[in-house]
Amino acid sequence: MITMNHYLILSGILFAIGLVGVVRRKNLLMLFFATEIMLNAANIAFAAVSSYYHDLTGQMFAFFIIAVAASEVAVGLGLLILLYKKYGTINIDDFTIMKG
Amino acid sequence: MEKYVYIALFAPLVGSLFAALFSQRPKALITGVVTSTLLFVSFVASVILLNHVSQVGAVHVTMMDWIQAGDMSIPFGFNIDQVTAVMMTVVTLVSTVVHVYSNGYMDHDKGFNRFFSYLSAFVFSMMVLVMSDNFLGLFIGWEGVGVCSWLLIGFWYHKADVTRDVNPSISPSWAANEAFIMNRVADLGMLVGIFLIYWNIGSLQYADVFAAVPSMDHGMLVTIGIFLFIGAMGKSAQFPLHTWLADAMEGPTPVSALIHAATMVTAGVYLVIRANPLYSAIPEVSYFIAVLGTFVAIFAASMALVNRDLKRIIAYSTLSQLGYMFAAAGLGAYWVALFHLAAHAFFKALLFLGAGNVMHAMDDELDIFKMGGLKKAMRWTYLYMGLASLALAGIWPLAGFFSKDTILEVAFNEHTYGIWLILWFTAGLTAFYSFRQVFLTFTGDERYKPLGFHPHEVPKYVLWAMSPLALLAVIFGWYKDEFVAFITHFLPTYEMSEHTEHFVVILTVVTTAIALSGIVFAWFRYSKGLKRSAKVEQSLPYRILSNQYYIPILYENVFSKPYAALSHAFWEEIDQQVVDATVDGIATAIKDGGDSSRKIQTGNLSDYLKLMSGGALVLVALVLFAAMQN
Repeated sequence: MITMNHYLILSGILFAIGLVGVVRRKNLLMLFFATEIMLNAANIAFAAVSSYYHDLTGQMFAFFIIAVAASEVAVGLGLLILLYKKYGTINIDDFTIMKG
Repeated sequence: MEKYVYIALFAPLVGSLFAALFSQRPKALITGVVTSTLLFVSFVASVILLNHVSQVGAVHVTMMDWIQAGDMSIPFGFNIDQVTAVMMTVVTLVSTVVHVYSNGYMDHDKGFNRFFSYLSAFVFSMMVLVMSDNFLGLFIGWEGVGVCSWLLIGFWYHKADVTRDVNPSISPSWAANEAFIMNRVADLGMLVGIFLIYWNIGSLQYADVFAAVPSMDHGMLVTIGIFLFIGAMGKSAQFPLHTWLADAMEGPTPVSALIHAATMVTAGVYLVIRANPLYSAIPEVSYFIAVLGTFVAIFAASMALVNRDLKRIIAYSTLSQLGYMFAAAGLGAYWVALFHLAAHAFFKALLFLGAGNVMHAMDDELDIFKMGGLKKAMRWTYLYMGLASLALAGIWPLAGFFSKDTILEVAFNEHTYGIWLILWFTAGLTAFYSFRQVFLTFTGDERYKPLGFHPHEVPKYVLWAMSPLALLAVIFGWYKDEFVAFITHFLPTYEMSEHTEHFVVILTVVTTAIALSGIVFAWFRYSKGLKRSAKVEQSLPYRILSNQYYIPILYENVFSKPYAALSHAFWEEIDQQVVDATVDGIATAIKDGGDSSRKIQTGNLSDYLKLMSGGALVLVALVLFAAMQN
């Protein structure tokens, strides 16, 4: 029997994987993937809790997140391509012009 | 009548503001003409009021409510009674003359417009001072004339400081500050007196205050009387707050004539006369005032004996005459004090304006040892100054004879023979130093010739402008009986006893005799020319007198220098070490904190994300910890 806890544990594991990816990865594209993983971890948690409480608000919220994530990727990828055209790299260690 | 009150009061203010519009512009004759005209308008309104007061009685107007707070109610009100009407007429008359005179005197000065603005502002303040119907309005005027005095003494503020042996006043700006600060010291006393009045009586209106005097505690009256008199001592330059008056001669000469002889310095006398119900109730304080006045009379006269500076001699004589006025007021003869005040205003202003003519002729040279024989070049000025000096010396039938003689009679009548003797002797000194100055300036050998001066008489209209003062210096005394009849509607009468009446002729003869002997002595000593004796000038009394009893140096060493040292110590030890250090410490800590935390701004997105994740984890840990506590 799969209980809510299983879903929440899965969500937590996915979130942790995404967080590690965000912290460790140097490729900007990979950073995007990692954030997507974190967002979807949240989605899983929302959907599971929604189902458990028989309340559709959580699932609605999950759809919102999907919409936001999609637009974020659309803008972000556009910026990434421009960045690559300009500097020929998408490694974040190469972008430290804002050093204080 | 109300409109005349406002015209008399505000015409000088309008003139001042008008002249102020041109303050940054080069000389514009219109400022001088407009302010002089408005002053004349104010004078005419004052005369109309004087006439009205003598025919009908006092005028009282309340312009507006001023301070309303709880039980306190202080209106902006003006009361024109006999004393005020006399003061207004004297002030506006002398002011008008001085304004017209200044058109000639300040002709070549760059600050022509500014000068007239200040001068008219002074007259406005003086009018507020004498017209107010309460102590607070008086205080506003009192401070106003103080500020204008400061502005005008320091009118030539660009002159550099010099040492005391070159110029005893050091510099105009130094003298202005000295006058201002010394007056603040006295004004604190006055302010305390006003607070005490309000505290004990609950009103500052003259009418309420003086009505409450008979029912008040005697000790409190004495305290109030002393504190108010401290204020009067500062404004009227009585010992020990006298040093500023002689130094105030750094201002332009019309200023000396108007402010430091005829009007502002008499404000202290006016205050004592105004508060006569109070001072009549405290004879011990009044006696002290009389004694102090007598002391100042001879003290100032002695310094005038040896001085070489034309204006300083007149300044000391002003000081001495103020002493006479205080002596009269202190002995209870208030109308005599006011009479001498008015007479003195006319002849002393004339004397100063004459000195201004001499200065103009001598290219601002003030040393009478370098003059002599000027009567050929300046016959009218000689006549005016001679007249004024005769009036000052108290020679019949000039104004000074009547007023000074009456003061001496009062001193005799009160059986204060010591005061009488000193004032009598001072009358001789006054005659001597006045004519020493006149003879050294106008007669004898022409010592200015080798020095390359080319003296010339001032323009005709300036001489005409001075003529009203000359006329009054001559005839004012003849109206003594009318003055007495007019003024004693308001001020208490003063009756001589039969004993004194018996002696009047002898007293008059004796007083005139010493005045004449002073003049004759000055004639023999100085009219032929200057004979200097090194032995006399090296002698101790001479040096003490010419150094003003070393009082300025004493003040500098006892007050100014320790105060400066103390201020310096406070600045270095407390201000810099404690206050500045604390404020700077906070700023330095924040700056250093910012500097060291700058390292985390690497510009690398990865690092920021790590920090953010770490922060989020810490928050999660905190939330978990809090949840487990429950």
